[in-house]
Amino acid sequence: MSHPYERVMIAGAFNTQQARRLPGHTSATIALEAAQGVLTEVGVPVDEVDAIFGDFCGEIAYQLGLPAVSISGSGSKGIAAVLEAAQAIAARACDVALVVAGGAGHYADREATAPWTRPANEWVASFGLITAAEFALIARRHMAMYGTTPEQMAVVAATIRNNGHVNPEAVYYGRGPFTAEDVLASRMIADPFRLLDCATTSEGGCALLMTTPERAADLPYPGVRILGGNTDRMGPLYQYPPAWDLTAARVDAPPNGYVGRRAAQHAFKTAGLRPQDVDVCEFYDPFSFEIIRQFEAFGFCAEGEGGEFVMNGRIALGGEYPITTDGGTMSYSHARTPQLLQRVARGVHQLQGRCATNQVEGAEVAMCSNGGAGALFTDVILLGREL
Amino acid sequence: MSTRSGPVLSPEPSTVLKPQTGEDIPRPAVTDLSRPFWAACHESRLLYQYFPASGQAQFPPSPVCRVSGSREFEWRESQGRGLLYSWTVVWRPQTPAYQVPYAPAIVELAEGYRMVSAVVDCTTGDLAVGMPVEVVFHEVCEGFVLPYFRPAREVAR
Repeated sequence: MSHPYERVMIAGAFNTQQARRLPGHTSATIALEAAQGVLTEVGVPVDEVDAIFGDFCGEIAYQLGLPAVSISGSGSKGIAAVLEAAQAIAARACDVALVVAGGAGHYADREATAPWTRPANEWVASFGLITAAEFALIARRHMAMYGTTPEQMAVVAATIRNNGHVNPEAVYYGRGPFTAEDVLASRMIADPFRLLDCATTSEGGCALLMTTPERAADLPYPGVRILGGNTDRMGPLYQYPPAWDLTAARVDAPPNGYVGRRAAQHAFKTAGLRPQDVDVCEFYDPFSFEIIRQFEAFGFCAEGEGGEFVMNGRIALGGEYPITTDGGTMSYSHARTPQLLQRVARGVHQLQGRCATNQVEGAEVAMCSNGGAGALFTDVILLGREL
Repeated sequence: MSTRSGPVLSPEPSTVLKPQTGEDIPRPAVTDLSRPFWAACHESRLLYQYFPASGQAQFPPSPVCRVSGSREFEWRESQGRGLLYSWTVVWRPQTPAYQVPYAPAIVELAEGYRMVSAVVDCTTGDLAVGMPVEVVFHEVCEGFVLPYFRPAREVAR
């Protein structure tokens, strides 16, 4: 049987400058810059673009002077948008697709947490349930069930922050190095999460160019295959209690604590691979515990063993499963929607062998993720180097 | 510089948790479906949605039962007792309107549903998963009552 994405190739990935603030930019203008950036880098004439996914699809089509193009029908972001683009190319609805994200100018009131971390929903808003608290409620439950410790979470945070510390493109470049003790000594935000366990906030843009293998063969960088991927949703973001044990009503299925397991199992099956085949884990890092949870959810280790799994250098560069090698949302950048796409962009760069720092030598399979149990969703994608 | 309270490096486990007070705490966006719940809070009664067809307690309220798909439900009054399912203590306020620390939590009610609230009338060091708790109503500002939870004064049976 043929592979569902055999007609699809990721030809390039481009990040604009990332910074705490990008004065003069809005989300729309930095998204446009990212779209033009990836086209320039890959050397594809703008008029070849016949589809746009992600942010500001119609706006970008107009600004770039394109004829009518296909766009995202769902408003999907990050991995979900990449998969939507892949499905459109596979269905021969388009041949050259941009996946675009931009985030700037959202966060001006520094007396408050970032606006997108303050759910307005009726059942949570009055209790001050910031995003950090939503994810802390998940982590606390895991600690109570399995004895997972703040020290184990701190190892995750220090590892990712050290990846960003040596990456000149990271917003927090040169801010380290960090030890787990440094993380544990930072101020408390939402117990058990301390400042250095949490994502940062910043601004920036990101875009991918996706096309067919035939078109990609003429382009400068090695094409990257989508080996598999899927999206998992247990509910809308930040409305229902973020309970580890939230389950389906009528069937036996993984609880919210393992949201992403179904998506990962589907991705591995499509790819014909197992977790042991993954060379680099570009996992989503909104909070340190999420990495521990994802290793369990995706089947890299048994339930309850994620805390031990991340210890002893396993997740560091040179370890068995290096994680989030650009520094992730904790150090590289955390702009509103681009950060969802940037896990994929980093996976693409790893497989293209283009990472100036933290390149995993000989990486052939990358696993990227978005989301988390605090938000009742996790999306995954498996990428493969074209051999 | 920020005017909010300074960094908390080693939170004191003896810090007492209090309910929020003031006009700037966001009010719930009440809907036709949820109006009876919020109205009952003003009478210090905690309601939940009950579906006779399936025997399911459900919270937050929804148009249909997740188990049976039934649209026939009634509001029942909870005894307001349960166990602390999970908790956190927030030291970085959502907005300056929130006084820190406060302790958002998920409570598992004896009637078989979970709800988001916050724990009050104890210290941060008292918080523990599985702790028996009971509802306590607090007027955040005039006309705005929220259901909080405190350590149970008698162990729920």
